[in-house]
Amino acid sequence: MTAILQTNNLSIQFGGVVGASDISVTVNKGEVIGVIGANGAGKTTFVNLVTGYLKPSSGTIHYMGNDVTRLTPREITDLGIRRSFQIPQLFDEMTALDNMLTAQSVAPKVVRSFWMPLQRSDTMEIAMKRLEHFGIVDSAQQEVSMLPQGVRKILDIAMATIGEPQLVMLDEPTSGVSAEEKFEVMDIVMDAFAQQEVTVMFIEHDMELVERYAKRVLAFYNGMVIADADSRQALADPHVREYVVGKEIHRTHAPQGEN
Amino acid sequence: MNTSKDNTLRTLSIGLILVLIFGFVATDWLRFLVQMSLATFLVVLGVMLQMRAGLVSFGQGLFYCLGAYVAGMAGYFWGITDVFLLLLAGTAACLLLSVVLGFLLVRYRGIFYANFSLALSMILYGLLVKAEILGSTDGFNVPHSTFLGFAPEGETLKITIFVLTSVIVYLVAVVLHRYLSSTYGYMGDAIRQNELRVEYLGASVRSLIHKVYVIAAAISGIGGVLTAISVGHVDPDLAYWTTSGEFVFVALLSGTANVIAPIVGTFLLELLRTYAFEYAPYTWQMILGVTMLLVILFLPGGIWSIGAERRTEN
Repeated sequence: MTAILQTNNLSIQFGGVVGASDISVTVNKGEVIGVIGANGAGKTTFVNLVTGYLKPSSGTIHYMGNDVTRLTPREITDLGIRRSFQIPQLFDEMTALDNMLTAQSVAPKVVRSFWMPLQRSDTMEIAMKRLEHFGIVDSAQQEVSMLPQGVRKILDIAMATIGEPQLVMLDEPTSGVSAEEKFEVMDIVMDAFAQQEVTVMFIEHDMELVERYAKRVLAFYNGMVIADADSRQALADPHVREYVVGKEIHRTHAPQGEN
Repeated sequence: MNTSKDNTLRTLSIGLILVLIFGFVATDWLRFLVQMSLATFLVVLGVMLQMRAGLVSFGQGLFYCLGAYVAGMAGYFWGITDVFLLLLAGTAACLLLSVVLGFLLVRYRGIFYANFSLALSMILYGLLVKAEILGSTDGFNVPHSTFLGFAPEGETLKITIFVLTSVIVYLVAVVLHRYLSSTYGYMGDAIRQNELRVEYLGASVRSLIHKVYVIAAAISGIGGVLTAISVGHVDPDLAYWTTSGEFVFVALLSGTANVIAPIVGTFLLELLRTYAFEYAPYTWQMILGVTMLLVILFLPGGIWSIGAERRTEN
């Protein structure tokens, strides 16, 4: 298997807080990896480091053999690494369709047609197909700020997938999506990536989803990777159970109140 | 933005025809009022373009003044009077300066962008006030224009300049409308709404803002040249911050949704100014202030937002 992403001793501090500590991870092409950890464990920091939003205080990041440690988000996007956001980053005053059209017309690996009208019949057809593919075509003409969180989330991911991505990092793709819809959303998203043979890393708190979609799991705790293994193995790891999954704590009674 | 049928081009074309007819029948002062409105309308378009990208330029007078002075100096010092050469020279000077200054300005947003642009225009103002060779605070007169060898005088000259101004403003508005419906146009909106997403889509926010700044400078320069040949005189007040403030005022008053919006706003301002000067010489700024307040309170999308929904449905 060929490595697509390699981080070596990646570290960053925010004042006294450790965001990442000596993270060395190798991701192979085509893998689907679940990233787990409690809030503040360093999952999003890891995504921010790889996608260029944060610069590490030490360590290196290699993508397809090239050093990308100091590149900007835009340069990293150009190389084929994409991300979605925990809080969807959209153009709120535009319709979902216009969001898609904008993303389409500037994304790398597609013909960037800056001077052409944005709304053309051919581009609109492609955008509508994409929205349909992700199951949100009904919201096409609605202003994005008016859409429910679940739809915004999917749109955010859909916009990140344009233009032959190689590695996609999803930051809590199902947060804000209702419990019944979670699997449906993940099925749509993961199917889309599987067709394109994209390597996927997704941050997730729902262990059911992790078990179902991830072959491999990275568990974070205090900025460190405390487990990196096959998903079943990782989820059974006593450290992971103690610090991440929290299965050791069984609270059968709520603390007694005053009355 | 909407996907409904767009009537802007048709409206602009009808507008041009009406304005041209008006130019031949109207009284001198009224024609001049419209002509000046059209010239400054271009500068307002420049302000509006930046506003759509979330940037408020309080120094658009820099390019308005530069265009006017370059046109004036070309006539005054080198005897170049051909309008098309003057337009070319004025626009080229603005393009050149904005490309250089753009590298500095693209790093700033919000109040810093506004202040920086204001400072730059005030530097030009300061330089011109000190330049005795250019008439200092009085400025200097611009020689009569010629049109590809055609050198009219008197009434014919006035009409010719009016027609030329109308046609050029029409052409710029058409091109700009086309620009706003292109990906570049939408990217302006996109930057205002979410810079982070623009970068993560793979586009450079700084380079996009740089382009917006240069385009805005170029059309403001054209407005400056047209003003210089219309008035026949240039002075440093063109770069003074209150002049730039008026452009921002009109852009806010009109709204930024469409290229036609500022035409209405510019004309209303000129009309208001003319009458206010006459009937309320000491309180006319107050009238402007109250107007602005009312627009901000009741029409946050500008005058253009009146009936915008109805237009969308059509």
